[in-house]
Amino acid sequence: MSEQNRTESEPGTAGPIIAIENLGKKFVVGKTEVYALRNISLTIEKGEIFGIIGRSGAGKSTLVRCINMLEPPTEGRVLFEGRDMGALSKAELNIVRRSMGMIFQQFNLLMQRTALDNVCFPLELSGMSRETARKRAMEMLDLVGLSARAKAYPSQLSGGQKQRVAIARALAPSPKALLCDEATSALDPETTDSILALIRQINREMGITAVVITHEMDVIEKICHKVAIISKGVIAETGRVNQVFFHPKSDIARRLVVPEALHPDKMVVDHLYRLIFDGQSSYEPVLANLILACGQPVNVMYASTRDIGGTAFGQMVLQFPDDPAARQKILDYAAENLIYIEEFSRV
Amino acid sequence: MFNEALVELLWEGTVDTIYMTLVSTFFSYVFGMVMAMVLVITRSDGIRPQPVVFRVLDVLVNLTRSFPFLILMIAVIPFTRWVVGTTIGNNATVVPLVIAAAPFVARLIEQSLLEVDKGVIEAAQSMGASTWQILWKVYLPEARPSLINGSAIAATTILGYSAMSGAVGGGGLGKLAIMYGYNRYQTDIMFATVVLLIVIVQVLQSFGDWATRKSDKRNG
Repeated sequence: MSEQNRTESEPGTAGPIIAIENLGKKFVVGKTEVYALRNISLTIEKGEIFGIIGRSGAGKSTLVRCINMLEPPTEGRVLFEGRDMGALSKAELNIVRRSMGMIFQQFNLLMQRTALDNVCFPLELSGMSRETARKRAMEMLDLVGLSARAKAYPSQLSGGQKQRVAIARALAPSPKALLCDEATSALDPETTDSILALIRQINREMGITAVVITHEMDVIEKICHKVAIISKGVIAETGRVNQVFFHPKSDIARRLVVPEALHPDKMVVDHLYRLIFDGQSSYEPVLANLILACGQPVNVMYASTRDIGGTAFGQMVLQFPDDPAARQKILDYAAENLIYIEEFSRV
Repeated sequence: MFNEALVELLWEGTVDTIYMTLVSTFFSYVFGMVMAMVLVITRSDGIRPQPVVFRVLDVLVNLTRSFPFLILMIAVIPFTRWVVGTTIGNNATVVPLVIAAAPFVARLIEQSLLEVDKGVIEAAQSMGASTWQILWKVYLPEARPSLINGSAIAATTILGYSAMSGAVGGGGLGKLAIMYGYNRYQTDIMFATVVLLIVIVQVLQSFGDWATRKSDKRNG
């Protein structure tokens, strides 16, 4: 578990880099119109890691493709550094796209090129000389820890290594933003962690804004500063990650912060409460104190430690007694002692 | 059984056949490549969708492909005369061969290009690649092994067509087989041309397979 402090430099003070305004994306299937996205408005500040989470089919991949116009939106607009992406000519768009690197779930490396030549690719596109491009590409491979495999073809690399090459390739033209479309979804948990650490390192050291698309709350909790929850093509909730984690406002957010087995439709017991404590209070026996002080038994349904932005947070799902007076006693005790508890069964 | 004159005849026929095949394959490839590129980029999910252009070219390719070669060869005789000044001999055969083979080659190349991973194309677009850059730097290099394999298939098909052209004034082994084997009942010459054609096909295909394997970097 990381010991980093929450007070590390707060990004997002330098102004927005990406502004999405009332964006909509309509597909025409046969004679019916289907909205993949509707009324999306988001502001992504310079230097932050912005997570967009949703289930498959929620529209998150379409949304990230609207940012660089791989999928032109049918409504609203996307501003990148204040420029309307939809109003650019094809040639202008291609130049602006060089300031936005993108990485993908399936890595999308050129299979007939070596790792080094893959990283050279975007540099060749902008007309950089072969020698300069190779030098820059080597630096990038070095940054992602793969300079030893420069001459390897993608088929000779593991999934994690391929994603590192893809990251090096995305960073080679010195972009201002990095769009990550389910970048860790094809990787095992350990490799996922190392790729996430790399994205965070890039964000910190190079100041590159990252937009992270994922269906895993873990990914959001580990590296994102802010999160937007997208469901059925609309934004259900958006805010700072710890804020959404502590006080989820939407049903979908409440479902995302606990494992699926605890979702209300799967739990038959009543009087469930969610208790959250941060790194400080985890040094105290919070639950034991609560039980001793109230003299009421509680049943622990679920407990875990989450790593949110590098800080440990604990959360528990508890079943309280049936007696309303007993429950109130516990809630009063919690309020007095600044323990955050919210009712869970009414989701 | 084979006197010197006959061997000379077979040798000339072989050289003519290889000449016609290679020259026709080359030109079919050039025209086929252009058509295939247009088809791939203009299709509805291509990088430059142009439904009208796509439909017209698609129908044109199908039309030409549905023409039996023997009939096409005769039908284009005026055009052949206009291009090479004659309607007999090797160069005259190349014209209908290219007309017949180019659409076929276009389909082969189209298939090869469509095999290129859509995600890689998308990645190139996300990096700001232009349509030309995607064609030259992504589609063609990524499809290279498949394109080499396809060119071997194209060459063997064109070889078969070239033999047919012996019926209407073309040269090569086809002419020998028809003149000696069919018109004069010399089955030994017929047999010899068949063996030579089989050998040429084998050599072409083996070379194609070898070059395909050699160029593919996907198998480690």
